[in-house]
Amino acid sequence: MKVAVIQFPGSNCDQDCLAALRGIDGIEADYVWHKETSLGGWDAIVLPGGFSYGDYLRCGAIARFSPIMRAVMAEARAGKLVIGICNGFQILCEAGLLPGALVRNRSLHFVCDLVTTRVETTDSPFLRGLSLGDLLRLPIAHGEGCYYADGATLRALNERKQVLLRYCDANGRVVAAANPNGSLENIAGICNRERNVFGLMPHPDRACEERLGSSDGAKIFQSMLHSLGENAAAAAA
Amino acid sequence: MKVKVFVTPKETVLDPQGAAVREAMQHLGFAAARDVRIGRYLEIDLVDNGDVAAQEKKLRELCRDLLSNPVIEDYRLEMPNESK
Repeated sequence: MKVAVIQFPGSNCDQDCLAALRGIDGIEADYVWHKETSLGGWDAIVLPGGFSYGDYLRCGAIARFSPIMRAVMAEARAGKLVIGICNGFQILCEAGLLPGALVRNRSLHFVCDLVTTRVETTDSPFLRGLSLGDLLRLPIAHGEGCYYADGATLRALNERKQVLLRYCDANGRVVAAANPNGSLENIAGICNRERNVFGLMPHPDRACEERLGSSDGAKIFQSMLHSLGENAAAAAA
Repeated sequence: MKVKVFVTPKETVLDPQGAAVREAMQHLGFAAARDVRIGRYLEIDLVDNGDVAAQEKKLRELCRDLLSNPVIEDYRLEMPNESK
């Protein structure tokens, strides 16, 4: 699997993503600068975390109009796997590839912590290798990670099982005390209707080695790798 | 020619910043502050090209696509020739 890590001015988790991806057997990864206009040769796309364009105006609001985003949107609509982490999630929402928006944390504080998230459905290429209810320990670091969507959008997300991860306590209970930023219904990550675009505030890229506190993040990238492998096998058969 | 754009959080969106400022105002003795909403104000200086209507049309698109996020915000565009 060849993965493109998009670099915007102000991205700062691009190196984490590259290192995490290259650490997994079967994954090749490299940077793609935001002024590029094509993503033809890649199997998957990562929008990394950071502060693209200094978070000016709104987080992700300016990056969303970077030249590469036309290609990201075209590839996403064509079914390619796209994962947006933290600022990448904000960019995907601004671009309209995912519903809703990420607003200022309810506490007004920047939160930097290791949180527990619960797998709400395995029906996506990103969590296929996991089991329903599995807990993933992942780091978060954001000031604007409070997920918001209007009532109708939220209902649709739940009905179509587009919420992939929710913040929970160590026992897997989705409770207010485990919500780090005020996100509606403890939402930590969602996918689009077609299930090939995934956005999440926690950083799987910073949790791919036990010595970093958790290796649960690698499960997401491995799941992407296996899903692509299965698709390729199905196509060849 | 200066154009003004006011961007405000939608009523349904929680505005923790506004809430914190409201509390500070109340703390300073201004109990009448029932609600505070914090938005963004943009002043845009335009080249006068004689076609204000076309400029306003484009500005409205930009307000919707770039300057505000319709999921969480409302905007108000104020053209200078508008009667107050």
